Amino acid sequence: MSTAVGARPALVWAVNISVLLLVAIWTIPTLGILVSSFRDKDQLVVSGWWTALTPSEQSMMARAAPPDEAVQQHGQWVISGNVFGENTGRVSAFGTSIQRPGEFEPGTSAEMDGGMITIEENGDYSITYPEQPEGRRGERLFFTSVEPPKFTTANYETVLFSEGIGQSFINTMTVTIPATVIPILIAAYAAYALSWMEFPGRALLLATIVGLLVVPLQMALIPLLRLYNDIGVGKSYIGIWLAHTGFGLPLAIYLLRNYIAGLPREIIESAKVDGATDFDIFRKIILPLSFPALASFAIFQFLWVWNDLLVATVFLGNNEDQLVMTGRLRELLGSRGGNWEILTASAFVAIIVPIVVFFALQRYLVRGLLAGSVKGG
Amino acid sequence: MAVTHATTGPAANGTGFASFLTTIPVTLAVMAIGLAVSIAGAVAVYALLAFILPDSRLLGAIVVMFLGVAACFGYFWSSNKLLDTFYPAAGANIAINLTKANAIRPWLFLGPALIVLGIYLVYPVINSIVLSFYGPTGENWVGLYNYQWLAGDGAFRESVRNNILWLLVVPAAATFFGLVAAALTDRISWGNLAKSLIFMPMAISFIGASVIWKFIYDYRPEGAEQIGLLNAIVTLLGGSPQAWITVPFWNNFFLMVVLIWIQTGFAMVILSAALRGIPEETIEAAVIDGASPFQIFYKIKVPQIWGTIAVVWTTITILVLKVFDIVLAMTNGQWGTQVLANYMFDWMFRGLDFGRASTIALVIMIMVVPIMIWNIREARKDMR
Repeated sequence: MSTAVGARPALVWAVNISVLLLVAIWTIPTLGILVSSFRDKDQLVVSGWWTALTPSEQSMMARAAPPDEAVQQHGQWVISGNVFGENTGRVSAFGTSIQRPGEFEPGTSAEMDGGMITIEENGDYSITYPEQPEGRRGERLFFTSVEPPKFTTANYETVLFSEGIGQSFINTMTVTIPATVIPILIAAYAAYALSWMEFPGRALLLATIVGLLVVPLQMALIPLLRLYNDIGVGKSYIGIWLAHTGFGLPLAIYLLRNYIAGLPREIIESAKVDGATDFDIFRKIILPLSFPALASFAIFQFLWVWNDLLVATVFLGNNEDQLVMTGRLRELLGSRGGNWEILTASAFVAIIVPIVVFFALQRYLVRGLLAGSVKGG
Repeated sequence: MAVTHATTGPAANGTGFASFLTTIPVTLAVMAIGLAVSIAGAVAVYALLAFILPDSRLLGAIVVMFLGVAACFGYFWSSNKLLDTFYPAAGANIAINLTKANAIRPWLFLGPALIVLGIYLVYPVINSIVLSFYGPTGENWVGLYNYQWLAGDGAFRESVRNNILWLLVVPAAATFFGLVAAALTDRISWGNLAKSLIFMPMAISFIGASVIWKFIYDYRPEGAEQIGLLNAIVTLLGGSPQAWITVPFWNNFFLMVVLIWIQTGFAMVILSAALRGIPEETIEAAVIDGASPFQIFYKIKVPQIWGTIAVVWTTITILVLKVFDIVLAMTNGQWGTQVLANYMFDWMFRGLDFGRASTIALVIMIMVVPIMIWNIREARKDMR
């Protein structure tokens, strides 16, 4: 390769490090939600996901034994026990108020409500009072505990079964499968006619399709919504399948036409000489040969439909039976804005299928991009 | 970019416009019968299956997929058959029949696509223009009122300003990073892996990406442990944490980062292919003349791929004009981040004013038109 001119070691290093940096910036955000989605939700709120493998500190509260359990020792009244109760843990600091759970080192003494309190590192506490304490409820003890890293799949169980992501996943599938496949055949026939059949207005039609590639979806929403309501389609799956078919067709025709027009003329002409009709030629020669282009479009359309929010919001309802995953994510962002364990797990469920498809079929996606980079996205 | 060749079809014997007109009734009749037969067949089978199969939407979707494909095949097959019976390729009139059949057949092939495109894209564009002269429900004529309202509306002006900011920043940044990534990854052994990883955000939905980045921008009051990566870095460097997406003006840029993050991979893939297509001789000549790698890149390679850079740039520009999900999910237009697409959505869904919403949609359309014309001209150049 001629680019090997830059084979000076310093430059090679610089290139490698720059690429490493770019890759890091482009993958770390996704890694962040992946790691977070598996973390314990109490740890998630108190420490960054990059500290997931180190023990985390958590502010906690426990209640001491009630005053009537105080025992007299050396003329003083003592209440003792362990802040962790049955469990074990490690106290890294304690305090006397909820605002300052990290005020004192473990093992030292602090004054609290007329008594002296000590909490040891292993969680043993003792409160000593000069007089017999009164009251029915035990003192509240504030401390900071050090927790070992905890990972769990509980977040996924929550989002899949009680936050409705599981249902939305099925709804998204229901939208995506027909909306991806139906446009392909319609587009393929049109593309064949536009490449290999002679008729008046062909150039104009092609220009129109190239123009339609970039029509903003926003233009289509209101007229179609009104049309659907007028003819009684309303908010239904059939409505959204057809809508996605319509919005995907210009790209499908454009991509397939570019590909089909590039097939060798000899094949088609020799088939004609042998007496094959256009219909036969399409079915027996064009369709099998165009597989790569069909696959490219199918992947585009799949990713686009799966990830779409706008069309689904407009043409499908907001109920349990119709809310797709992107719509659910949007809803969760509003209602569960601070619950990152829910949001990260939901987001990951929503993006995992397109990512798998992406890595498995990247080759076709790239080919499609190169052939049809007019539309993008 | 596009694979195109001269494509004069076979069996062309100059169908004149007059004879074309005479074929229209037959074409429409054959098309209608074909469509009716195939759709009726598909609906009948669906109704039958709905009886037998358990009640499951996913299963229903798979059935619909197969029926849809079958109906398409059914239409193309039956209309084609019908045409052949109408104008048989045998008997005394074989020559005339063949000519007529060949004039009609393309339209049968194009039929379903034209109908769908007409209903879903052409009709809405016309209808939107009409609706922009009507009131909220689309029933009473208000003349230019919606346009006057738009001209005086503060939120609209803010949206236009923000859209212009997005248009200036996002295509430029995504193309730049894409170019850098393409140039660098082509020179290293693990370049393909790096490319895959940078390309990956393309597969993530805008809303998913918004969750991802909102997590990065997460804000806790000063003194608390920051769980958002950006604020953690800022506090580590001694700064004070910020609620990034509420900082006026600059929050727009934090939203743009999401789209740049998604689109860089697209730019990289296209530009990388273009860079590889550069003739070796030009680079070798520069090497012999003693050009440095940077000079080769900026003075030899980049000028040769201007055309592709323009394509990438305009593609991302169109995407930017339509950007909606990111703003909806991150701020819903609050704190001065409104953009046209989200503002239109707002008037459609919350304002329930179809007239105003159509007018805003029309503004987006008008901004797209120059690129549309440019695209058509480029495509026609390619096809010639």
